[in-house]
Amino acid sequence: MKFKLEPKKLIQIHDLMVKSRVLEERLIRMYKQNDGYFWIGGPGEEAFSVPLGMQVSKGMGLDHDFLHLHYRSSPIMLCMGAEPIDSMRQMKNVATDPYSGGRNFANHYSKRDWNVVPVSSTIETQYLTAIGTAIGQTKEGCKGITIVNGGDSGTAEGDFASALVWASRPALPLPMLMIVTNNGVGISTPHCSQFAGDTIAARGNAFGIKNKVINGNDVEESYFELEAAIKYVREERKPFLLEARVSRLYGHSSASGANFVSGEEDSLLTFEKNLEAAKILTRAQMDKIREDYTATMLEQSKGVKHEPMPSSDTIYDHVYYGQKGRYW
Amino acid sequence: MANMAQAIRMALHYGEQNLGVEHIFGEDVGAPLGGVFTCTQGLTKTWNSPLDERGIVGAAIGLGFANVRCVAEIQFCDYIYNTIDLLKLGGMSTWATNGDWPSPFTIMTPVGAGIRGSIYHSHSFDAMMTHIPGFKIVMPSNPLDAYGLMLACLKDQNPTMYMKPKALLRVDAIEGEQIPGEPELTAEGKKMLKEMIDAPLGDRSKWKAKWPNLQDYTVEIGQGKIVREGEHVTVVTYGRHVLIAREVADQLKNEGISVEVIDMRTLWPYDWKMISASIQKTKRVIFVNEDTEVTNFGEHLMRRTIEEHFYTLHARPRLLAGAFIPGIGLADNLESASVPQASDIAQACREIVAEQP
Repeated sequence: MKFKLEPKKLIQIHDLMVKSRVLEERLIRMYKQNDGYFWIGGPGEEAFSVPLGMQVSKGMGLDHDFLHLHYRSSPIMLCMGAEPIDSMRQMKNVATDPYSGGRNFANHYSKRDWNVVPVSSTIETQYLTAIGTAIGQTKEGCKGITIVNGGDSGTAEGDFASALVWASRPALPLPMLMIVTNNGVGISTPHCSQFAGDTIAARGNAFGIKNKVINGNDVEESYFELEAAIKYVREERKPFLLEARVSRLYGHSSASGANFVSGEEDSLLTFEKNLEAAKILTRAQMDKIREDYTATMLEQSKGVKHEPMPSSDTIYDHVYYGQKGRYW
Repeated sequence: MANMAQAIRMALHYGEQNLGVEHIFGEDVGAPLGGVFTCTQGLTKTWNSPLDERGIVGAAIGLGFANVRCVAEIQFCDYIYNTIDLLKLGGMSTWATNGDWPSPFTIMTPVGAGIRGSIYHSHSFDAMMTHIPGFKIVMPSNPLDAYGLMLACLKDQNPTMYMKPKALLRVDAIEGEQIPGEPELTAEGKKMLKEMIDAPLGDRSKWKAKWPNLQDYTVEIGQGKIVREGEHVTVVTYGRHVLIAREVADQLKNEGISVEVIDMRTLWPYDWKMISASIQKTKRVIFVNEDTEVTNFGEHLMRRTIEEHFYTLHARPRLLAGAFIPGIGLADNLESASVPQASDIAQACREIVAEQP
């Protein structure tokens, strides 16, 4: 196996992939130990999501990238600098949860300083709100782009078609990278019950939207294809539809048990085998990285248990911006 | 002398010029039509969207996230129902993020009956919309308030729903309703304004509006207005029924019945202080609107009246609202029987005043 990326970058990617995987496994354990009511996440997508998160232009405002994420995006957030303990805080729904103050499920991120708009449980509505930030970024000289991700079966919603329509109008083409992570399953149903056709990316052809299908379990393919797609959207100010074939290692959510699913490719293991073969990291080094993250996050999760819950008298806070207390 | 459509247009122009409005969009909102009710003619930031209500509302929410000020139109509120989940999403972004995100965007849509609009151009939306927390919701009843409430929406950091009572869009301002900067409220002023800002028929490709030197005028969100002072009964209403209730109040004076009419102007957050004070004064109240009567916003106001003023009331409170039927029938008789008429309000006033504790 010969890598194209520099060893330093590969080591960084590996570290973030392990960190992401350990976080998701910790969140699942928290859920199973009654330290949270519901788990949903995307373990198995790290080989795609880490290269994505590393290439985002992070910041606030139109000149940085807006992210309209769904609930399988923790690796992207960790790449951008999010702290794992904050995900645990959201899982435990404590007052210190920086994303929702204990109001929302785990992996429902929101960070205004980084243009990460609030993740919603509603399937595919992120493709609609993405239209808006992308319209804002059509402003002359704007450098930022809008990145939206979602799953394969969610594309059955009309909202996905809306995004294709709005992004590709000759009157106002939108700088929008539309990502579909295709794991072949919609919650519990195989894709043959969801849609026809070999690829979702091909739907872009009907709208004149450039598109591609990639192996999202391959770190380097993901990295370089994302780099090219982001460059295209950023420079051409036009949409791109990228379909990444990925694995789903722990099912849809705690609704399906959140247990390890055998028979799927584990992109982290594949990557580690290749790193070892290329003599970039040894098995022992990689084991140590995983052990360290596991120990650290275990301690953090113990600490989170003792953090305060949100006070019941705060329920009316922030119905309106800047407002606190009952408002009527 | 502006009508309500012109007032909205002038407010949007003021918003483009002074309040950072960068996008005004929706179906037929841009040139050449400038809106099916002409509310967006002659503006510079308008454009035509795809015929896709979900896309329109989603785009507005996204522009709010980007802090790019926009006004999105749903051509008739009858077509907004397939966006309810998005309105909920837009209304909850600040709350769901524990206050992290402001959500400044405005959606405007014509509402209500009164133009013989048949089943799908006569719906109301206030009952549904007032069930969605997080929005500030306004409905003007005259051109000056239409201007002032729009400016208030354009200055707000929250999602705002601007409901246009379509039956009033062609109603001219009366004395006291002159928009700061517009021509005088005279026939001459009306003609002058029309020549300045109404697009001509036929080819409009070279036409440009000549805007009056408009001034800032804001109706604070959350403030109602007493449009008729009275002693015997309070009528609480909004939109086109303000004009109807006002006429009824004037008519009943001759019968010795003194009616106080409150124009709510804002549905959320509403001016309970004003409503409450009036009820305590007259001790009788009728809530009037044209949305369907079951789980109607007036029912909420009635509940609050009962909970807070039960022992003050001299008569049971009433709700006059639209019939609980799927739509508004087209024929004159059907429409008239479906939504409260002046005669209904007058009769309710007579009955409630006659009722003694």
